[in-house]
Amino acid sequence: MKEKLEAIRNKAEAELKELTSAEQLENFRVQVLGKKGELTSILKMMGSLSAEERPIMGQKANEVRAFLEEKITEKANELKQKEMQMEIDSMPIFDISAPADLSRGSYHPITLVQRECERIFKSMGFTVEDYSEVVTDYECFESLNIPKHHPARDMQDTYYLENGQLLKSQTSAAQNAIYRKYKDALVNDGVPIKAIFPGRCFRNEATDACHENTFFQMEGVMVDKDISISNLIYFMKTMLSEVFQKDIKVRLRPGFFPFVEPGFELDISCLICGGEGCPSCKHSGWLELCPCGMIHPEVLKAGGIDPEEYTGFAFGLGLTRLAMMKYGIKDIRDLNSGKLSSLSQFTDDE
Amino acid sequence: MFLSMNWISDFVDLTGLDKLDLIHRFSLSTAEVENEIFMKGSDISGIVVAEIKSVEPHPDSNKLHLLKVDAGDAEFTDVVCGAPNVKVGLKTAFAKVGAKIGDIEIIPRKLAGYTSNGMCCSEKEIGISDDNSGIMEITDDIPNGTDIKEVYEIEDIVFEVDNKSLTNRPDLWGHYGIAREFASLAGRELKPIPSVDLSAYNSLPKVDMKIEDPLCQRYSCLQVENINVSVSPVNMRIRLFYCGMRAINFLADLTNYLMLEMGQPMHAFDSRKVEKIRIKRFEEPFTFRTLDGVERNIDENTLMICNDNTPVAIAGIMGGLDSEIVDDTTTLTLESATFDAVSIRKSTVRLAHRTDASMRYEKCLDPEMTVPAIARFVQLLTSIDSGAKVVSSLTDEYAFHYNKVTLNFDKAFVDKYTGIEISNDTIVKTLDSLGFGVTLNGNDFSVDVPSWRATKDVTIKADIIEEITRIYGYDNFDIHTSKAPLYPVRAAEEKTVEDKIKDILVKRYSLHELHSYIWAYYDEYKTLGIEIQDNIKLVNATNPNIETIRRSIVPTQLCQVRSNVGFAPQFGVFEIGRTVNGVKADGLCEEHKKLCITLYSKANSVETLYYNMRDILCVLASDIKHRALEFKAADATLSYEHPRNLNEIICDGTVLGKIGIVHPSVSKKIDKKAAIVFAEIDVPAFAEITPAPIVYEEPSKFPGIDIDISFVSEIFAPIGNVIKEAKCELIKNVQVIDTYSDETGKSITTRLTFSHPEKTLTRDEVMEVVNAIIEKLAAVGISLKQ
Repeated sequence: MKEKLEAIRNKAEAELKELTSAEQLENFRVQVLGKKGELTSILKMMGSLSAEERPIMGQKANEVRAFLEEKITEKANELKQKEMQMEIDSMPIFDISAPADLSRGSYHPITLVQRECERIFKSMGFTVEDYSEVVTDYECFESLNIPKHHPARDMQDTYYLENGQLLKSQTSAAQNAIYRKYKDALVNDGVPIKAIFPGRCFRNEATDACHENTFFQMEGVMVDKDISISNLIYFMKTMLSEVFQKDIKVRLRPGFFPFVEPGFELDISCLICGGEGCPSCKHSGWLELCPCGMIHPEVLKAGGIDPEEYTGFAFGLGLTRLAMMKYGIKDIRDLNSGKLSSLSQFTDDE
Repeated sequence: MFLSMNWISDFVDLTGLDKLDLIHRFSLSTAEVENEIFMKGSDISGIVVAEIKSVEPHPDSNKLHLLKVDAGDAEFTDVVCGAPNVKVGLKTAFAKVGAKIGDIEIIPRKLAGYTSNGMCCSEKEIGISDDNSGIMEITDDIPNGTDIKEVYEIEDIVFEVDNKSLTNRPDLWGHYGIAREFASLAGRELKPIPSVDLSAYNSLPKVDMKIEDPLCQRYSCLQVENINVSVSPVNMRIRLFYCGMRAINFLADLTNYLMLEMGQPMHAFDSRKVEKIRIKRFEEPFTFRTLDGVERNIDENTLMICNDNTPVAIAGIMGGLDSEIVDDTTTLTLESATFDAVSIRKSTVRLAHRTDASMRYEKCLDPEMTVPAIARFVQLLTSIDSGAKVVSSLTDEYAFHYNKVTLNFDKAFVDKYTGIEISNDTIVKTLDSLGFGVTLNGNDFSVDVPSWRATKDVTIKADIIEEITRIYGYDNFDIHTSKAPLYPVRAAEEKTVEDKIKDILVKRYSLHELHSYIWAYYDEYKTLGIEIQDNIKLVNATNPNIETIRRSIVPTQLCQVRSNVGFAPQFGVFEIGRTVNGVKADGLCEEHKKLCITLYSKANSVETLYYNMRDILCVLASDIKHRALEFKAADATLSYEHPRNLNEIICDGTVLGKIGIVHPSVSKKIDKKAAIVFAEIDVPAFAEITPAPIVYEEPSKFPGIDIDISFVSEIFAPIGNVIKEAKCELIKNVQVIDTYSDETGKSITTRLTFSHPEKTLTRDEVMEVVNAIIEKLAAVGISLKQ
């Protein structure tokens, strides 16, 4: 019997080495250690042994069982590891050096520039207003002190509609509504009017690389007691330095616009040469950037604000021009072209 | 407009001042000066007056002559010259050896075998006119050898002012007004314009003249005869040329010179042709030939100068050919007038003919200027042509007077407006230098506006602020922030919603934002077979293609998709833009702001694309408003809408817009193989929806139960409705996990996830709810899949 046990052990040990899968191992375990297994059937023969031999053989059988169980566990671990290794080895090496798929959506460049301006003005306490594109003669001209026969009203400049309304030719068309919206807070609670209003404007003109009939402007106004020319220059300089993210020099020249008095053309030091003179500023060192001025008393009056008590300034920034300057867009028509080859490049809202 | 520093210096002594710096200050204080400043005459030197002493033909050339000229040296100089006008005794401009003309230095040079020791110059060569037909002919008595720059004003600083920056300054359309600005900037005195006393002619007969139309504000005239000088003095011609005008003849030059000096346009008629000056309009249109030979259509709104009933000039714009001064004219009638500025501008636009005169009249010229201009004319004329004679008395009708403007304000007003301290003394000095009459009483100012600023320019107190500050100089301003208190700024909901929409569409769905035009493009729509929806039109579109305002962005976007077909096999675009939905009862346009999205794909089926679009819309609603969307089948009414799968988009009971598939007739024209779906919603309507609150719920610690049930139904809506109506708080999630179609129809497998916050649910508890749902569905004819 002892020989038999040893034979089982040796045979099992030898067979175990040949096994290659968890399934084989389980079959093997049942075959050797299972209820009908070889070891069990040997033990069934214990009854035929003498009383002295029985405990010895019993012990021996248990030793063999323990030995085999340990070997099976070892084998199981070995197989598990092999399997894990195989799974690891089956993982291909990917080509991380290949170009990444960068396809993503895009904002219109005007949106990007507009958001940047809005962020700056909001941080300085300005509200952002929106306004319609179809406006009345009163909103676009009359309320802005543009008299009936002013050249700005000429048919060739403004798109008129059949009902006498027009497509707004300037964001200033929103001024009157904004004064009316906030005048009570100004007069009753002393809250200054500080607002910007970006929007689409229309001019009835032939288009080319520098001219569009549909473009964006951003108007800004500030009204309070004692707003002065000194404040105007300060705000323009501060805001434009933020917009261009560098210290901008500004200079004012007289400019005539019916809705401001005094009116100014504001120049900034050339962004390319810093004022030294270069081809992009036509060697003057300055770029004409935006019209601005002290709001005309008649315009305040039309907005329900007493010009004897309140003063204010207004300015207009060409958002389309800013976008073109910022991104180096040479043809203004690209902006409304819908051409994805151009416009899909503006992927991020900084 | 070009301006001559020499001319300006006639009226203000700028000796010792840096003229370029003054021009720069003028640009910052008055009107924009173009960058390029012309240093006239600086590029020529060594050119002297010389007399031709002999002329011999060149033996080998028909054109060349061999000259001996007296250039003021001990000996005559040998010169070879090709000009046709050489003759003995002619004085001309002579470039001696060593002279410079531009980059060329004159050296002895052989011409066809003979050495030329210098060059006789044309006026063009020395830059004082564009006459290159022959050498300059000098008639003034000047010693030979005199440097030409010493006798003529060839050296000058000429700068150009942008006309647009002068639109509101009628006083700046002549050198005298400009000189006033320089005088103010330089702190020097402005000299009066040389003049004659016209009252000396009061005893002479009047001109027969009558204003018969209120559009003529003032008409002054005078008759002159016996003018013998035909060529203007060199200096006058140089100034005209430097200022961009061509010398014509003495009389024409003189009127132009007056206009450039005083800004007052003048016109000279042949007195034989205009015996009875009448200023009026005609009721019937007619044609009229102006002195440039062009036949022009005159209508009932155009003011005319007439000889009784015969038109002789278009008032303020151009004279007629028939009344022009001709060679045998002996007596001329000089006109100096002002007309209604708006009328002149409108006539100019109508005639499409803008002249130097009309450009000035459009700006509201000062009527006070007409008579001084005549006086200056007579002074200039008689000083140049001593034989000229005035033969009428000044005839002047002053029909329209501008109101005298006096403005009262105090120092506090100036302080408030400027935000800086400008002394009373500076204010008085500045205004005085610009011709304003200032009275200061304590801190109270009373300012009389001079006539040349009162026609439209300076009418209110704020205008005075500009006068004070521009001369003070904006560069000299001390700048500071406002004293306004701070208040919280709330973002408008609609604006916030727009930003969120854009971010979701770009960042989550990789769509591209586009911009477009507010009108329908006839030709592009036609290519795609999209019918233009009737709507309000532009009345003055230069391009008839863009007459109609769009009602929807979808067609615009389909055109854009078409032009991008090669861009990628799959892409999506969107825009937040405006549309107009006809005219409301109050007569105003019904404008809408809409979000339009179009998805295009060659890679995906139309079904996938359609569901993509639905998911995008649902995510917008869920993300921004925490709300679900409902869809309701709609009937296609537009040419680009596919009759199937067109649905209204509804959120919280509000119809926001439509989602649909592009009609195959349109779709195929864009791309035969691609699927295209669109959606359009009203942005303000969406923004106005109250967002559902976020209700926080502690996650249950107890396991949930998923129940999958398959119902036979074509659409999910009734199943969803019944589940919703069950109002069971234990149902935490509803999902469609599978759909399957066989001969019995379509079945939809729905997974209900149940969980209870405080206990583990039993299957029985859950099945009670499920069975109730099954029963209710059975009642509406939706059975379980067997």
